[in-house]
Formats: sequence, structure tokens, C-alpha cells
Amino acid sequence: MTKFIHDFKVLQNREVSKGYHVLVLQCLQQLPAIFPGQFAQLLVENSPSTYLRRPISIYDVDPVENTISLLVKVVGSGTAHISALQEGNTLNLVYPLGNSFSLPEGKKVLLVGGGVGIAPMLLLSKFIHSHGKEVSVLIGGRTSADIIEPDQYAKYATVGITTEDGSLGHKGLVTTHSYFDSVGKYSMIYACGPDPMMKAVAGIATRAGIPCEVSLENLMACGIGACLCCIAETTSGNKTTCVDGPVFNVKDLSGWDRSK
Amino acid sequence: MADLSVDIGTLHLKNPVMPASGTYGYGPEFDDFYDVSRLGAIVTKACTSKHREGNRYPRMVETPMGMLNSVGLQNKGVDYFISTIYPAVSHYDTHIIVNVSDSTVDGYVEVAGKLEALEKITAIELNISCPNVKEGGMAFGTSCPMAASVTKAVRDVYHKTLIVKLSPNVTNIAEIARAVEAEGADSVSLINTLLGMAIDIEKRSPLLSTITGGLSGPAVKPIALRMVWQVANAVKIPVIGMGGISNASDAIEFLLAGATAVQIGTANFVDPMVCVRVIDGINEYLDRHNCKSVNEIIGALRA
Repeated sequence: MTKFIHDFKVLQNREVSKGYHVLVLQCLQQLPAIFPGQFAQLLVENSPSTYLRRPISIYDVDPVENTISLLVKVVGSGTAHISALQEGNTLNLVYPLGNSFSLPEGKKVLLVGGGVGIAPMLLLSKFIHSHGKEVSVLIGGRTSADIIEPDQYAKYATVGITTEDGSLGHKGLVTTHSYFDSVGKYSMIYACGPDPMMKAVAGIATRAGIPCEVSLENLMACGIGACLCCIAETTSGNKTTCVDGPVFNVKDLSGWDRSK
Repeated sequence: MADLSVDIGTLHLKNPVMPASGTYGYGPEFDDFYDVSRLGAIVTKACTSKHREGNRYPRMVETPMGMLNSVGLQNKGVDYFISTIYPAVSHYDTHIIVNVSDSTVDGYVEVAGKLEALEKITAIELNISCPNVKEGGMAFGTSCPMAASVTKAVRDVYHKTLIVKLSPNVTNIAEIARAVEAEGADSVSLINTLLGMAIDIEKRSPLLSTITGGLSGPAVKPIALRMVWQVANAVKIPVIGMGGISNASDAIEFLLAGATAVQIGTANFVDPMVCVRVIDGINEYLDRHNCKSVNEIIGALRA
């Protein structure tokens, strides 16, 4: 897939929850096709302490408005800079990068997102729903503040919510939600979030014999397969998260304990 | 439009700008952004005698105005390079310089010998300065006798242009440069990364799997510039300068300090177009200063 460097105009920056921003960006050129799971490298301009771009998942795409949305969680000075962008500002992106989630064969699928890891799941819900599948989305977080825009999925999926403190939805980790009680009905499970969450989901899927794809958030420098910093260990050697990933089938990832 | 061409060994480069090894893959990674043949040369990712998986994740951490990496020379080995990568890059209408590394002198000699047969590979860059491998690498570049012996051994089997890439992790880089010049190196390139370290204070653990790694990016530029100036004053062979170059004015500083050409590394990650922007910017500077050739500014520091 062809990569582009484009300037985008910030149409909207809404703080959807404390520390989480959704940026709606209009491309000054024609948007290329973008698939669920792909990401962009964001240039952080005029930041005195950071140098590298920031890899951010593509949250949504509107081909009619020629816009994309990004969900950004403030974790350091780079993301703080991006989150402070205002309407009318310009943001430079290298995109669309990485592979994408694959379309499932069966009828029902489960999508699991933890915290900011929910970011690729909106576009994935739309994509899978548009292929006539039944989508369930499970959104997990520490508190209700980590549950980002659950209403966005209503048109495409049934939505389950878990929080560790019980402030919204079911109290507990995502893996304790009732969606996992009858996990056998799903033909595919997708997960993105903290590693322990993805590994737990991958374990359940593997034991139930269900294919599972995860999106890794490895530390990254170039985003285009040049530096080999972001590698994931796979059964066929080290692969880049930026080009060969970020989406991997868990059966291909080494060191993911799927038997327990 | 000034004449941007420069000579390094037997290579006549159309301009003095090339990417630094390890930051550019092999070239195709940048095909979507511009015509890679515009570069003075392509410098590939390191090539070793055997397949190497490199170091474990995490291999990078961002630091103020730069980054540490400990990739550890991940590559599929020289035979794979010859069978699979070379055919995919040999169409480029520019010089292709292969960065050569290994853990032993015999390994360096094996890789260099095999590469000599490839028509489009017009030079090699001997990497005696990688800080991220346990054996070899930087060990060859931090002592004059070791640097001299590996250069001599490779010189004996490799008859095209031989560039030796120097480590900044030494007390006197000019001595190392003179040692490799004496053994027949056609050029030296510098600096490789500076050995550095970063710690997660909450976990009290290192942020790289290897604990230490190589620092690059704008943070290292003043040190790199100083070393290039010192080496350019110490040797007669052309110097290729690098370290933190992010734009044309950075590159021009290196040329004024005595570099005949420059390499651009970490900045490729931030601006994939940086190499061509630097070529255009040098040209604009030369026009503005009424220079007919880039050679007029090489070593033209007024001190």
C-alpha cells in the first residue's frame, strides 16, 4: 500500500474524557483507502523535548468529508502537544501505515478494547458490520473515564462495558464479562489494549479454538520498516510491528502463553 | 544550479547527501515519498556474514531531541542480500554502499569479498562502530590496532571504494582515523552513535533490553561536528560527516567543518523527505553565496 505525507487541518478537537482527545482532521488532498487497524505517524511540531513522530491508530474515516479521526490519550509531552492542537491548526501525517485486521469467515465476532486500545475498534466495527456480520464490542477500562464514546458503536454492534472499579458497566477485567461465558459462538476475536489484557483474551480464544488477532503498540521510531526498532518476536523470527503488524494473529506470536 | 557533485574514493556522487546506515532500510522503504535515485548514494542496513535476529525488544527509547537504539544489526546475512535484496535495489540510478559488519575479522572479510562481485555495489562502509553487539562491532573501532587490522584484512580482499565508519566512543577519534587511513581506507564516515542509557525510575529498570544503546538525533550534533572537524584536519582522505543532521543548514555546517559528503540518519524517521530537502537546501545556499560548486564550501570554515 502506498504511504503518503499529507498535511491535515484540525476541524475539531474534543476532549471525550479526561486525558482522551478525539481529533477530527481534514486532509488537504484526497484521502487514500484506509483499513481498520492501520495507523498514522504524527509530527509533533515546536516541541522542545521530543523529536520523533507519534504513532496513533486511526479511529474513524469519513470519505465524504475527506476526514479521519484519531483518538489520542495524553501520556507524555508529545501526546500533550498533539492534544493541545486547536481548530484550524495543521497536523502532518505519514499514513496509512501497517497491515490491517482480517475479515472473519463466520457470522459473529467479538472485539475487545482496553483503554486507549479501543481506538482501532470503531473502524473495525463499521467494516465488519458492513460485511453483514454480527459484532459485539467489549470496552474495558480502570474507571468510567477510560470508557471512550461507547455510543459510537450502537449502529454497528452490541456493546459491553467493564471497569475495574465498577464505576460503569460490569465490575472487573474484560475477561470476566459475560460475553466470554459463551465465547464459542464467535468465529473470531480481535483485541487491542495493554499486553496483559491481550494475552488473557488470546488465552481464552486459543483454548476455545477461536482465531484471535491483536494489535500491538510497540515502541516505534520510523513507522515504515526502516529502523527495525519495533520488532515483535514471532514463530518465524523478528517482525516489524510497523509494517508486518501492528495486527498479528496470536498463533504467530512467540512468548504469548496461550495454554494456561 | 550549482555543481553538487563530489568524489569519495572512485565514486563520483551526483550530490553529497546519503542516508545513514540503519535508518533507511535498503531504499524501497522510501519509494513512496520520492525518487530514491536523487540521492548521492544509498547506504544500506548493516550486512553480516550470517543471519542475525538482533537484540530483544525494547530496542528504542526516545530521549531529549534524540533517541537511543539497540537494534543489534538485525539482517538476513550476506547470501540473502545477494540473492534477494540486491536484485530489488540494483535498478536505482545511484551508488549503493553496503554497510558491512561482523563479529570477527574473518566475517568482515567474507562479506566484503562476496560483495565485491556485485556490479552495482560500488563501495562498502566498514562498520567498526556498532555499540549494540556483544562481540565485534564497536570493539574493532575503539582501539587503533584493532581498527587497523580489520581495515587491512578487508583492504586485501576488497578493491573498490572502502569507507570505514568510526565510533565516537573513543578518547581520540583522529588517531583511529589516521590508523585506518594508513591501512588503505579510501574514506572515513563519522560518527556512529554515542553509547548512552535511560532508566525507568518507577520500575528501577533500564528502558532498553541491552541496558545501553546508541544515541542519535539532534542531541549529538555538536559532538559529531567537532569530531568531523578534528578528523578532517587529521587525514587526507575524504570525510563523510553525520550525527544529528536534520536540515540543510546542519548539513552545511558539516561541509564547512571539512566533510566532503554527509549522511542523514534519525531525521529520516521524522521527515521521510529530509534527504531531498537537504539536497535542495544545499543548492539554494550555494546559489545564494555565488558558489559554482559544493567543493567551494568543503572545509571552508573561517577560524
